[in-house]
Amino acid sequence: MRIRGLIMMTLAVLSAGCSSIEPWVKPYDRENLADPIMSFTRAPISQDFLDHVFESREGSRGASGGGGGGCGCN
Amino acid sequence: MKAKQTGLARFVITFCAVAGAAGSLVSPANAGVLPEDRADLLYFRYDGGGVEITGPSVLVRKSIGEHVSVAANYYIDMVSSASIDVETTASPYEDERTQGSLSMDFLHGKSTYSIGYVNSDESDYAAKTLFGSVSHDMFGDLTTISFGYKEGENEVFRNLIVDGVKINDPAFAEEMNSKSFSVSVSQIITKSMILSGQYEVITDEGFLRSPYRQVRFFVNGDPFTQDTQPEVYPNTRSSNAASFRAKYFLPYRAAIDGMYRFYTDTWGVVGHTGELGYVHPLGSHWIFEARGRYYTQSKADFYEDIFPRADYANFMARDKELATYDAFTGGLTATYEFKIDRFPWLAKGALSVRYDYMTVNYDDFRDARFSLGSFGNLPEDPLQPGTEPLYKLNANIMQLYISAYF
Repeated sequence: MRIRGLIMMTLAVLSAGCSSIEPWVKPYDRENLADPIMSFTRAPISQDFLDHVFESREGSRGASGGGGGGCGCN
Repeated sequence: MKAKQTGLARFVITFCAVAGAAGSLVSPANAGVLPEDRADLLYFRYDGGGVEITGPSVLVRKSIGEHVSVAANYYIDMVSSASIDVETTASPYEDERTQGSLSMDFLHGKSTYSIGYVNSDESDYAAKTLFGSVSHDMFGDLTTISFGYKEGENEVFRNLIVDGVKINDPAFAEEMNSKSFSVSVSQIITKSMILSGQYEVITDEGFLRSPYRQVRFFVNGDPFTQDTQPEVYPNTRSSNAASFRAKYFLPYRAAIDGMYRFYTDTWGVVGHTGELGYVHPLGSHWIFEARGRYYTQSKADFYEDIFPRADYANFMARDKELATYDAFTGGLTATYEFKIDRFPWLAKGALSVRYDYMTVNYDDFRDARFSLGSFGNLPEDPLQPGTEPLYKLNANIMQLYISAYF
């Protein structure tokens, strides 16, 4: 019962928050963000290749954002 | 005679390539907008640690109507390997891997739904992967949240050289399956700054070690005598990775970005990755980019450079990817953008060249060529096992690619 109440309260807070959020960066203010140099992956085919080079030589993997691709080996 | 070293490394290669293909094929940063139509042709060359890899990759993305975008990627890598693992316990080899992938993005309101399939083939490894994701824009398009899932089925074989011909060992065939779940959030902070975070869980089950790689051990406790035996790995591995990125548009037309990733898995590997980048346009045609990346990790619980004796533990590895080490990579990219009046259908073209230098310093992976020798030839004055110098790897990575935007 307590859990249900907690869930209901959380949903109420979230829904109230959603309805009151106004975008603080207007569409006409996004010129800088729309510039191609602001892309996280300007050249996906190149970034994928390099991510793959790293991941095939490292113990870590995943959450690399731009993806991998390309080649790799021992 | 062993022909090559693969196993975990080969799985990582394939999985990452597949994940990479998924990354390049499903990449809407803004879920409410389809990716732009483009075609890219890449030629790459990796040269380091006795390994040379070259090949092309082609990526084409095209919209069909206003709600569907299709992407296809075809990739070949040609490997010529005489890496330190190959030198000490195997023979140099050449191989080729081909990978084809296809994906579709469906735009519906503020959401984008993506599905895709990747197929990768090489002489001793075959991988098939399905992936899907959904992205949604919210809060005035300031926030994009995405969920992704990938599932892969892999077949592992072992090559033999018989009468100079490479064949699959008829007595060896294994399977490995993997699943990946990811969630990511991209958030516009100010009119000049964007943040993103990603969390990904990957689970593997099946044959995870190399069918070729060997561990080494002291014979009967004698510190001057060593021998080798096949690696022994667990049949499961689960990993967690979380990353955060930020990109900032400077007061003049240039941008800086940073990334940090934390990684941990059930094998005991803990990794930290940090990256910084700077993008600077010059005039109306040139864009220059500088990038530095630092990586460090601790070793897997069952990794040792040399074990005290044969069959020392249930699990034994000597894969340098599971060792303790740190690495630095620095790179520069120059891009020339152009338009061709005779081709009005070409919105923009770009020719890029990128060079990266990578150096890896191992803390507990020794250069066993000083004791085991090279390709079966013992050194003239072999060092005592376990006292060889630590191994270092330096690599040159070149990329040349051309992009066309329609």
